[in-house]
Amino acid sequence: MNSVVNLQNVSHQIKQKSILSNITFSIPQGEVFGLLGPSGSGKTTLVKLITGLLVPAGGTVYVNGERMPSLEQMKRYGFMAQSDALYQELTGKENLEFFASIYRLSKQRKKQRIKEVLEMVNLVEDSHREVEKYSGGMKRRLSLAAALLHEPELIILDEPTVGIDPVLRQSIWKELNRLKDNGVTIIVTTHVMDEAEKCDRLAMLQDGEIIALNAPKQLKAEIGADTIEDVFLHYGGASK
Amino acid sequence: MNTWTITRRILLQFKRDKRSIALMIAAPIFVLTLMWLVLESGEDELKIAAIDVPEAFEEQLAEKEEVNLIPMEESKAKSEMADAGLDAFVLWENGEPSVTIEGSDPNTTSDVRDLLQKALGSESRAMEIEFLHGSEDLGLFDYIGPVLIGFFVFFFVFIVGGVSLLRERTQGTLERILSTPLKRSELVFGYLLGFGLFTIVQSFLIAAYSIYVLDMFMEGRFFYVLLVTFLLAMTALSLGTLLSAFAKNEFQMIQFIPVVIVPQVFFSGLFPLEGMADWLQAIGRVMPLTYGAEALRGIMIRNESFSDFQLELYVLTSFIALFTLLNISALKRHRRI
Repeated sequence: MNSVVNLQNVSHQIKQKSILSNITFSIPQGEVFGLLGPSGSGKTTLVKLITGLLVPAGGTVYVNGERMPSLEQMKRYGFMAQSDALYQELTGKENLEFFASIYRLSKQRKKQRIKEVLEMVNLVEDSHREVEKYSGGMKRRLSLAAALLHEPELIILDEPTVGIDPVLRQSIWKELNRLKDNGVTIIVTTHVMDEAEKCDRLAMLQDGEIIALNAPKQLKAEIGADTIEDVFLHYGGASK
Repeated sequence: MNTWTITRRILLQFKRDKRSIALMIAAPIFVLTLMWLVLESGEDELKIAAIDVPEAFEEQLAEKEEVNLIPMEESKAKSEMADAGLDAFVLWENGEPSVTIEGSDPNTTSDVRDLLQKALGSESRAMEIEFLHGSEDLGLFDYIGPVLIGFFVFFFVFIVGGVSLLRERTQGTLERILSTPLKRSELVFGYLLGFGLFTIVQSFLIAAYSIYVLDMFMEGRFFYVLLVTFLLAMTALSLGTLLSAFAKNEFQMIQFIPVVIVPQVFFSGLFPLEGMADWLQAIGRVMPLTYGAEALRGIMIRNESFSDFQLELYVLTSFIALFTLLNISALKRHRRI
């Protein structure tokens, strides 16, 4: 199978403290891959290794078969960071125009894509307001819009739905599933259990190690648990 | 080019951030005006008591506008001076003048001494004094003015430039734009260009205000002043953005002021350097403001031509190149490639 992301024995330390150890997995095209784990388990570090913002201390990260970091691959993914990386003084639209320019979208396509993503995250009416006047949820949505602007074939989302109300969260997941049907690969980190169930496959992360990796249904079936939470407690507790 | 994308964004942010514009243009103009008011406000009148002086001498002094000559008893003069009510008194003993000066303010002291020396020496032939540079009216404000223009531009660009790249880091946008195909060098050059365009306007307004409104002494070409001020601003920007990499937040950025900015004032020629120890002078030679101030003073007071101050220009340009390269490499901490 055609794997979009491939991690081989990846480990990472920050100031001698081990953050991730021995992570190996690969994600095929068109999969929604979830990273579930409590805060401090290494989710964000793992995401940064995949984006090439960090270089692993050990092992290798490949995206589309190319070793990261690579500027070529950076064109092809869309990244939504955990913090809302937006320019507060600029309006929502100006933020999107800035990111679209960096990805060198043509004038026409830029205009069209900005309209599309604003509609998708329901921010059309507020697009002319400055971001500093946005609520937390609106900023989150704008960050997501910025990540989807250039129609990337791989989308990496770090805690995308924090602070977003349930109705909008559902519509965002609908959109993600639509993208997936078009062959887009999606990596999403979360610490919300019910969100984890929406992923095709789920990697459970604790203390920098993957304690379980499978489709949510199978994870539950294997140990006869009712919820993902039970699965996590089962493996997490056993590892100690 | 993504450089231009960054530049456009910075200019747009400037447009929205009226406060930063004010800090970079209005603040230097305000402080320069204050300096001008303080330094140029008419000299204090000198209060001098005359005790039994010859009439001719008394008449000669009384002619001078800045002197308030009061005939007085010796005892009264002494007690008044003790209360700092008198700047000096002149006493005639056996046909020889004797002068006592109050002496707590060095400026007043030298004014009184100049004045009395001229008056008392008037019997010998008056000296003709010609000036190679400047003129008799060249005041303290004119002398330190060029340094002040350079300093204020340097200071405010350093702060605003450093803080804006720092904020890019603290609000997460630095990481965000580095997760795009943007090159590190494009980011740094975008900053230089965006701020560069803005500092041209800033330099123009500050220099024009100082020279044409505050009437700062100016012999040389305005374009040269602009050129040096602009290069100084770019040095401040590249240094500020470089140092912002070593600050965790805005407060730590402010902590660089006493370390990086204040020492430059002392070595930039505001105080004469010639008498200092060699190693002290060497400290001044690694500071950008020293070269900027020297070039500005040369142009404004001595009407230097390009060949006279070109060395300073090359040094400033090298500073900019050095800081910029270091900056591009410091960004490696955020992304390896």
